[in-house]
Amino acid sequence: MKSLIKKLVETNSPSGYESAIRAVIKAELINLVDDVQTDALGNLITHKGEKAPDGLRIMVAAHMDEIGVMATHIDDNGFVRFTPIGGFLPHTCYGGRVHFINGTRGVIGREKLQDIEKVPTFDQLFIDVGAESKKDCPLKIGDIAVFERPFTELQNRIVAKALDNRIGVAVVIETLRKLQKTPHEIHFVFTAQEEVGGRGATAAAFGIDPDIALVIDLTGCGDTPKGSHKEVRLGKGPAIAVRDNMMVVDSRIIKWMTKTADKIHLPYQLEILERGWTDGHAIQITRAGVPTGILSTPARYIHSPSEMVDYRDVEKSVILLQNLLSNPIKLDLQ
Amino acid sequence: MRNSAPQLNNEIIGLVESLTNASGISGGEGEVRSIVVSQIKSHVDNHHVDALGNVLALRKGEGKDALRVMLSAHMDEVGGMILDIDQDGFHYFDVIGKVDKRQLIGKSVLVGTDHLPGVIGCKPIHLTKPHEMRQPVEINDLRIDLSPEGSGKAHPGDRISFSTRFTRNGAVMLAKALDDRLGVAILIDLVKHAPENIELLAAFTVQEEIGLRGARVAAYALNPQLAIALDATNANEMPAWDDSENIYYNSKIGHGPVIYVADGATICDPRLVRHAITIAERLGIPYQLRQPGTGGTDAGAIHKSRSGIPSLTISIPIRNIHTPISITHIDDFGNTIWLVKEMLASLDRSLLTSERA
Repeated sequence: MKSLIKKLVETNSPSGYESAIRAVIKAELINLVDDVQTDALGNLITHKGEKAPDGLRIMVAAHMDEIGVMATHIDDNGFVRFTPIGGFLPHTCYGGRVHFINGTRGVIGREKLQDIEKVPTFDQLFIDVGAESKKDCPLKIGDIAVFERPFTELQNRIVAKALDNRIGVAVVIETLRKLQKTPHEIHFVFTAQEEVGGRGATAAAFGIDPDIALVIDLTGCGDTPKGSHKEVRLGKGPAIAVRDNMMVVDSRIIKWMTKTADKIHLPYQLEILERGWTDGHAIQITRAGVPTGILSTPARYIHSPSEMVDYRDVEKSVILLQNLLSNPIKLDLQ
Repeated sequence: MRNSAPQLNNEIIGLVESLTNASGISGGEGEVRSIVVSQIKSHVDNHHVDALGNVLALRKGEGKDALRVMLSAHMDEVGGMILDIDQDGFHYFDVIGKVDKRQLIGKSVLVGTDHLPGVIGCKPIHLTKPHEMRQPVEINDLRIDLSPEGSGKAHPGDRISFSTRFTRNGAVMLAKALDDRLGVAILIDLVKHAPENIELLAAFTVQEEIGLRGARVAAYALNPQLAIALDATNANEMPAWDDSENIYYNSKIGHGPVIYVADGATICDPRLVRHAITIAERLGIPYQLRQPGTGGTDAGAIHKSRSGIPSLTISIPIRNIHTPISITHIDDFGNTIWLVKEMLASLDRSLLTSERA
């Protein structure tokens, strides 16, 4: 799975421009699913299994887009102003490198700081593509880029850009490889435009109209120096979401997920995400409502160019997802 | 660059005049709706007013397999609403849609469906203290004065529009509510002269300024295969205050229709963006790319409708948007009509199966 993760994170596909990653995923899916389609917003929608009498129609969503930047202005000297695509902070930008999908590379610089104590705003940052004048700049307004960082292993940990959410994508692909039998009709969706608000998932969920849904994503940790108060730690197993700031997870779904983990003695962590959300918030309120769970792999430094996960957590996410999908599901009403 | 703009007849300029002089604050779009319905009814195969007040119209194309294309333009405009009447007969109010409170004082307004004339009152300069001049007055501290003649005639919930009348000055038009009556006028013109290769689904939407609410239900009902929102966007191409290069102009008047790549609500379908640019370049229609960033148009609601709808926004640049008086260049208006018509006329089903990017 590591080589798959490397291939996925080194593919550049910001929100709305997912063609490259879609092609990589599509190639991995050969012989794994019954059919593959790309919908109007660019979601890659696949389907596997027939619904047995005790089976459900399940949507499993992992977003394939990543955060990026978009050019807003090329100035007279060829410097490029930009706007963020997806939610991240300007302090992760300075000195970072970006790779435009038209091939152009650049480095992020900043205006002279008026106050060294203050983090510069996006307005004060620009991209230097090496141009000496406007004429040399190979970009135009609307060109889009992602951050550029190689895949690196640090002991048990993986560091790369776009682990959010290529880890989720890898977990789903690996689960598909291992999933032998299922009583369910499962629609595995690699969603577009999650980082800008779960837009792909909104449309995909409407089309699929599932009985329940599972979102496979990353979540932040609280185990770094003076970090946020969060019980999730790297290396302690996948996280099962209870709540984030856009949704409350159906308690029946939480119970199903935790019971499944307990049964196979798989360690897990309950997650409350106070700042952030996933595709789940969009799926949950689709049509007449969809009970939706979130299975997250813990990660540090999310939405920076160097995100970190523990490979053992990734493997456990696969085991949990495989077990969740292999057996009949009874959601107990409380 | 501007000499290629199509000549606009007096009829369509007159239409902009009557549309911008009408009041249509979000949720109270009746006056605009009446004009729209009277203009389009003899040119469409069917039309109706839906549950939220959108005017939805269908004009069939040639052949059974015509691409179903939704075009939307919002009928509503920003303004205000009467909240309460104080003991002296002055009116508390709030704004509807995004209006800068700093520019409210002293403006002339029309209140309610009877268009009661009033003014957003302010203390005379003689009585204003220097420190008061330095800060904007909160909306809670402002009142609308309908004079002794109008006092008692307005009620909580009455909508307030700016009273500006349309003016044409050569190549420019000055009016309130150019956002988005220009789009409405273009869509009316498209309904009258639609290319026959497509099935035109026209949505004159309500409540865009307060959250794209009309477009959301309109897109669900019309269920198109692709959509284009026609709107107005701000042109802020004035020099920066400190003589540095202005890098936040958003768009520029006189530089042609504004094609969106992304705003705060939509990442436009890259295939439609390419289509618009290709047509503009092939025909020599001036165009500009809007600076990506915040903001949103009806496309934000439309593209997420049902199983997803490839969507694009094309806007007309206007100065002083969301104020009592905006300015637009007539060539931008004409070139937008030209570009959108040509885009529609050359739309091909293969666009929807081509790679996005």
